[in-house]
Amino acid sequence: MENSEKTEVVLLACGSFNPITNMHLRLFELAKDYMNGTGKYEVIKGIISPVGDAYKKKGLISAHHRVIMAELATKNSKWLEVDTWESLQQDWIETATVLRHHQEKLEASSCDQQQDSPVLERPGRKRKWAEQRQDFSQKKSLEQTKTKGVPKVKLLCGADLLESFGVPNLWKGEDIAKIVGDYGLICITRAGNDAQKFIYESDVLWKHQNNIHLVNEWITNDISSTKIRRALRRGQSIRYLVPDLVQEYIEKHSLYSSESEERNVGVILAPLQRKTAEADT
Amino acid sequence: MKSRIPVVLLACGSFNPITNMHLRLFEVARDHLHQTGRYQVIGGIISPVNDNYGKKDLVAARHRVAMARLALQTSDWIQVDPWESEQVQWMETVKVLRHHHSELLRSLPWKEGLDQGKVDSPGPAAVPELKLLCGADVLKTFQTPNLWKDKHIQEIVEKFGLVCVDRAGHDPKGYILGSPILQRYQDNIHLAREPVQNEISATYIRRALGQGQSVKYLLPDAVIAYIKEHDLYTSPGEE
Repeated sequence: MENSEKTEVVLLACGSFNPITNMHLRLFELAKDYMNGTGKYEVIKGIISPVGDAYKKKGLISAHHRVIMAELATKNSKWLEVDTWESLQQDWIETATVLRHHQEKLEASSCDQQQDSPVLERPGRKRKWAEQRQDFSQKKSLEQTKTKGVPKVKLLCGADLLESFGVPNLWKGEDIAKIVGDYGLICITRAGNDAQKFIYESDVLWKHQNNIHLVNEWITNDISSTKIRRALRRGQSIRYLVPDLVQEYIEKHSLYSSESEERNVGVILAPLQRKTAEADT
Repeated sequence: MKSRIPVVLLACGSFNPITNMHLRLFEVARDHLHQTGRYQVIGGIISPVNDNYGKKDLVAARHRVAMARLALQTSDWIQVDPWESEQVQWMETVKVLRHHHSELLRSLPWKEGLDQGKVDSPGPAAVPELKLLCGADVLKTFQTPNLWKDKHIQEIVEKFGLVCVDRAGHDPKGYILGSPILQRYQDNIHLAREPVQNEISATYIRRALGQGQSVKYLLPDAVIAYIKEHDLYTSPGEE
């Protein structure tokens, strides 16, 4: 009997995507190759979840545009999609909550699939049909349990996010624990040693190290959104750093300028604000 | 008012396969030259090397040319020119430059400019310059013994000019200082900074393809599709 006990995985990337770049998209490709390559996982989907405007990061333009650009960027992808739930929320939402939302969503749809179709218990002609149907649905759920359980959501990120766990007040300790304990992290990094050291120096990360996958990025791919925005302000080309459709969209709507970069200047980043508020109560 | 010198950028190389980094070279070089205020880049040429170059893993020129063409479908100023790849044997870069320069002069609307007397157009006095576009790694190879003829290096930097794009781990200023020829003509060597470090090497691409890994977003989708369709780079020692 074929032992296809691979865990299905959904990669979730949270972030500003301000704008989305080829580097963001590469993270998904690298993660997928890596996870599939272990033989233990099968990556079935990648989700890009742009952060809401309430995050209040400097230079963050409206979620509306950021979502559209991400959609344009993933237009030709068979497995990547954009999810707007996070961006539509009124308040900023912790990453752990976004992970939970998507995991619950997966569990709900998985339940729907596995539910046996109602068996018709009418005698007579229909019995044969009902029995057939019952056989079929039983066979179906057998197949389902034979291959995989519920797909698992994992957080996809770069080393910068991993190391941001160390920034005071940026993350709640319990959230970090949830992220690495309940879900798991796939971190694409150039500096594997630094990341490993960081994990070693953190008790909670160390505890869940088996749930933290470090993937080496051999190609230095420094296409940060910050640099993209800077290039745009200076009238420099961003072609081949972002998908063509994204570049065209940015140009058409004149999205990034010195003015847009000044947004939220002087405003405290939402997670920091929340931490301070909680400390005060 | 001083009018800008029209420039065409020529990039020679294996393009085995062409990648987003190659395409970036053109964009970065163009931005740089425009920023100086002295130049107006009017075109770009990609010239894939001849099969007889003998480099390891070099797939047939017709493929490399086809891939470059696909990659440039969406570019309104860069083109691929198969002339070099179609020659009977491999030829030195300086000869490729000479060829394209004479082609450039031949295709000029000389007479039109004179008659119309337009102020904005380059005009008969502004002869377009053809400059060799390369990464800093190529500049370094000028130092390799016997790889380049000294007189060719001189002709390249004296007659044509070089636009050299930064690359991690390289010190183009240092290379210039270390070479008397390059130093003499350093005014004709433009060092462009690529602010976004982007180390997409074709070698890596070939290896990734050989191992069945994704190269999406490192090269244009159309090129990836072509590679799959023609089964290129599936194993070491292609063709």
